[in-house]
Amino acid sequence: MANEKSGAEIPSDIAALSFEDALAQLEGIVRSLEGGDSALDDAIAAYERGAALKQHCENKLRQAQARVEKISLGADGSPETTPADAG
Amino acid sequence: MTDNLHDDLLSDPVGDNQPPVVSVSELSGDVKRTVEDKFAYVRVRGEVSGFKRAASGHLYMALKDADAVIDAVCWKGTAGKLDMQPEDGLEVIATGRITTYAARSKYQLVIDRIEVAGEGALLKMIEERRKRLAAEGLFDADRKRQIPFLPEVIGVVTSPTGAVIRDILHRLEDRFPRHVLLWPVVVQGTTAAAQVTAAIEGFNRIAPGGAVPRPDLLIVARGGGSLEDLMAFNEENVVRAAAGSDIPLISAVGHETDTTLIDFASDRRAPTPTAAAEMAVPVRADLIAQVSEDEARLTGGMTRLLRGRSQEVTALGRGLPAPRRILETAMQRVDDWAERLGPGLVRMLQTKREAVANQGHQLVKPDQYVDSKRRQLDTLVAQLSSAKAGSEAGIKRDLRDVGSFAGRLAQAQLRLRTTAAQQLESLAGLLESYSYKGVLDRGFVLVRDAAGAPVLSAEALSPGDGIALTFRDDGQVGATVENVGTGEGSPRPAAKRPVRAKPKKKPISDGDDDPQGSLL
Repeated sequence: MANEKSGAEIPSDIAALSFEDALAQLEGIVRSLEGGDSALDDAIAAYERGAALKQHCENKLRQAQARVEKISLGADGSPETTPADAG
Repeated sequence: MTDNLHDDLLSDPVGDNQPPVVSVSELSGDVKRTVEDKFAYVRVRGEVSGFKRAASGHLYMALKDADAVIDAVCWKGTAGKLDMQPEDGLEVIATGRITTYAARSKYQLVIDRIEVAGEGALLKMIEERRKRLAAEGLFDADRKRQIPFLPEVIGVVTSPTGAVIRDILHRLEDRFPRHVLLWPVVVQGTTAAAQVTAAIEGFNRIAPGGAVPRPDLLIVARGGGSLEDLMAFNEENVVRAAAGSDIPLISAVGHETDTTLIDFASDRRAPTPTAAAEMAVPVRADLIAQVSEDEARLTGGMTRLLRGRSQEVTALGRGLPAPRRILETAMQRVDDWAERLGPGLVRMLQTKREAVANQGHQLVKPDQYVDSKRRQLDTLVAQLSSAKAGSEAGIKRDLRDVGSFAGRLAQAQLRLRTTAAQQLESLAGLLESYSYKGVLDRGFVLVRDAAGAPVLSAEALSPGDGIALTFRDDGQVGATVENVGTGEGSPRPAAKRPVRAKPKKKPISDGDDDPQGSLL
């Protein structure tokens, strides 16, 4: 089915989930679908939600850019960041 | 010192052995020089007591052991460079020189360096501090926050140079590259504790959504070192900052065997900085595999579910009989009944026709019906006339009976009337003989009151009452009572006595008369 959903199609309630929660929900849906005793309409809705959750998880996993910044304190004592090359 | 003149003048009996007389200042100056020459560089071991940091920045304390005490001071310039902060009860080895303070006749140790006197003493101090902070509840399990599963931004408090930050970044890179904010601090020496404290508090002050992203996880890290090297992470302000951090905090100070007090206050303790990075993030590749496996299971589960449902539908469909077969049976039944329909109609018409014929035979012709009714009528007329003749004879007989009854009734009536008249006459006589009028004939008078009731007693009357007197000839006289007494008016008691019985008889004899009406 529609595996290549774009991020924009992810419902806002899912987009707000942390990776951990989204993964937990996805696994719950997978288990219930594998149980195979849900009503067809429910199963389809669950599948669609599962696909969106998976997409959200993948998005989160894609955001894996290393970025290292160093904190320095400004004149007023508030923290500022400067790129750091600590590698 | 060699003022012999004075010695001579005083003429001390002890003689040449006498020391020279000196001023207090001279003596103090002498002592000062002697002491400072002799103790220009000493290392003294003792317990810190009465520690005090003056507003000027100088540190004052005393060092003592079981039998002696010596004042000590650490000037401001040196105080900032001490490896450790002295505190009361701490066994230290202080290095410095002795000076005197002539104005007060005092001597003191000026400290250049101070170190804890051996690991045992340092560990004891740390242990006592740990107990004190634990008693405050700073290390309670219910203060520990959950480390986020996948933090977006990780704040690291450590030295910007050296292996620690490199190890952390490398391990993060291997597992799950993240946005790292490094708050550089020195991790050793007297300023380390203050800097680490400021860094933890600074990270917590970053508001979400600002220019600098607020970390959702902190790592406070330092590489291995001696107990003294790690002392900053045992300092109370660092421990309090770690315990008070709203952002979950992982401590990774020293090697696995080193435990500093920040480890008790942090939400998790990592044995090494590398381990802290491992606790901080999951392995991305594992998660990708997991999500991809979940996706395959999701699709597989859905496919199986659809296939299963589809099979059910097919199986149920097979159970349905073929429509043609249903139709064939129905058509056969239609044919069957259609065949029977034509003959059935004919047979029904036949039956009806026969029934009509039968009914027709039983019909009565109108003239026959009229004849029979007329015969019935004639019979009834004949019966009626014979009955009339019989009843006329009966009436004649009844009239005869009436005549004889009338005669007998008149005779009976006459007889009754005669008998009744005789009875009436004798009763009238009897009545008359009982009447009060007989008494009146004998000269008595009947007295009645104004209501017409007979007056039987003088007490019933009062002066001024109207009374009526009745005489023999029914003559009536009205009177008024003048006075009432018992012994007077002899004619009245005489008139009253016979009256007592009279009123009872009057209603019997003169039933139709109204005695009251005649009196009035």
